[in-house]
Amino acid sequence: MAMKVDMSALETNFSIPCLDDGDGMHLSADSPDVPSMVLPTCADFDGFQAATKDMVKNKRGTTTLAFIFDKGVIVAADSRASMGGYISSQTVRKIIEINPYMLGTMAGGAADCQFWHRNLGNKCRLHELSNKRRISIAGASKLLANILYSYRGMGLSIGTMIAGFDEKGPGLYYVDSEGARLVGNRFSVGSGSLYAYGILDEGYRFNMSVEEAAELARRAIYGATFRDAASGGCVSVYHVGPDGWKKLSGDDVGELHYHYYPVQKTPVEQEMTDAPSTSA
Amino acid sequence: MECVMGVVGRDFAVVAADTSAVQSILVHKTDEDKVMVLDSHKLMGASGEPGDRVQFTEYIQKNLHLYQFRNTIPLSTAATANFTRGELATALRKNPYMVNVILGGYDKDAGASLYYIDYIATLHKIDKGAFGYGSYFCLSLMDKLYHPDMTVEEAVDLIDKCIKEIRLRLVVAPQNFVIKIVDKNGAREYARRDLVGDNASVDAATTVTA
Repeated sequence: MAMKVDMSALETNFSIPCLDDGDGMHLSADSPDVPSMVLPTCADFDGFQAATKDMVKNKRGTTTLAFIFDKGVIVAADSRASMGGYISSQTVRKIIEINPYMLGTMAGGAADCQFWHRNLGNKCRLHELSNKRRISIAGASKLLANILYSYRGMGLSIGTMIAGFDEKGPGLYYVDSEGARLVGNRFSVGSGSLYAYGILDEGYRFNMSVEEAAELARRAIYGATFRDAASGGCVSVYHVGPDGWKKLSGDDVGELHYHYYPVQKTPVEQEMTDAPSTSA
Repeated sequence: MECVMGVVGRDFAVVAADTSAVQSILVHKTDEDKVMVLDSHKLMGASGEPGDRVQFTEYIQKNLHLYQFRNTIPLSTAATANFTRGELATALRKNPYMVNVILGGYDKDAGASLYYIDYIATLHKIDKGAFGYGSYFCLSLMDKLYHPDMTVEEAVDLIDKCIKEIRLRLVVAPQNFVIKIVDKNGAREYARRDLVGDNASVDAATTVTA
């Protein structure tokens, strides 16, 4: 009965040195087990990522908004993902929960936003562990902005708002992949943002109840989904207060439409009646 | 579209800039402060690509502070201008900063001075200057109305005339401006000129905060 020794740990996946055959060890040139990486076949190796991004044409088909008011921050977004004229999903979660008191919104490339927000969440947690206190919204947004600045020109597509509540109160920052970082009281990002701004700017007041603020946000996102083809699905509304964020509502925009514009029974001008029967 | 301008007078320098943050046809903000206070007696008004502008001016500001920590004395305005130009020049053929800068400062020995530094690292010491589309309208106005040893009121009046001309003649003109001053008492905000936004005043033309 022979014991079989498991030698798999000795297998190397990269270079496999040949046995010494007189002139020293040398690497095997074409061993079948060596994995290789396929390089893109193009002239401009460094710029092909940006060129691909231009080809895909991420036009930030979305509407997201956030604003500060006296009771904290309201964050709202639609849920449609589109690839050119094709709607790939109506149920995308565009408000990303970075940690229990900070939210990020997604506009641009979904993968880019999800990855870098997750990465930001990690860095914020590390900051908490090293410094024994929560990171401020200014600090978190600066971390993200510096990372995105270092990747400038490489094809990232991110238009995000970092919203949250810290020791100084409510905080809202706009950060994008061009390197911009703006502090402000209200922002809207995405292809439908111009439509949302119209409703948001008109109805905004600093002193509002949470319900009024949520309704303003909902109405603004709905208005954008109505006019912008690349926005739609459901409107999610979150509120960030001193105790952290809470999701307030998620409404399908089709239902919202009939809520705002109920079907009117049109007055009947002429009643049509059956022709008198002409039975003999 | 972004306008930055500066004027030097008797023992003071004024640096003004618009306060709009714009992306294509959308105005993100109307109160973005583009004139950074580098240290107690220096102002740097900058215009250019959004990430570059903030990153570059903060980089210069932190390096200035570092010099002061290491050497206990602050860098002079002339040395700051040359340092800034040097950083732009070094980065130019690798990873250029697309930022144009008007640097104003006050030194005890040299008095007030103003420097023009553009994105390809040109450096000039100037009495008056401007960047952006607004410069097409302002520079000739400044050439006519400027004279050496202006008082603060005269210099701010000149800036106001430039702002008025920009608002009148530049298509899609920025609406709001900030005016900052640096003199022997330090660098500070002098006034805002807000036509739109949450802080716009009723008579629209002038609000003084100094």
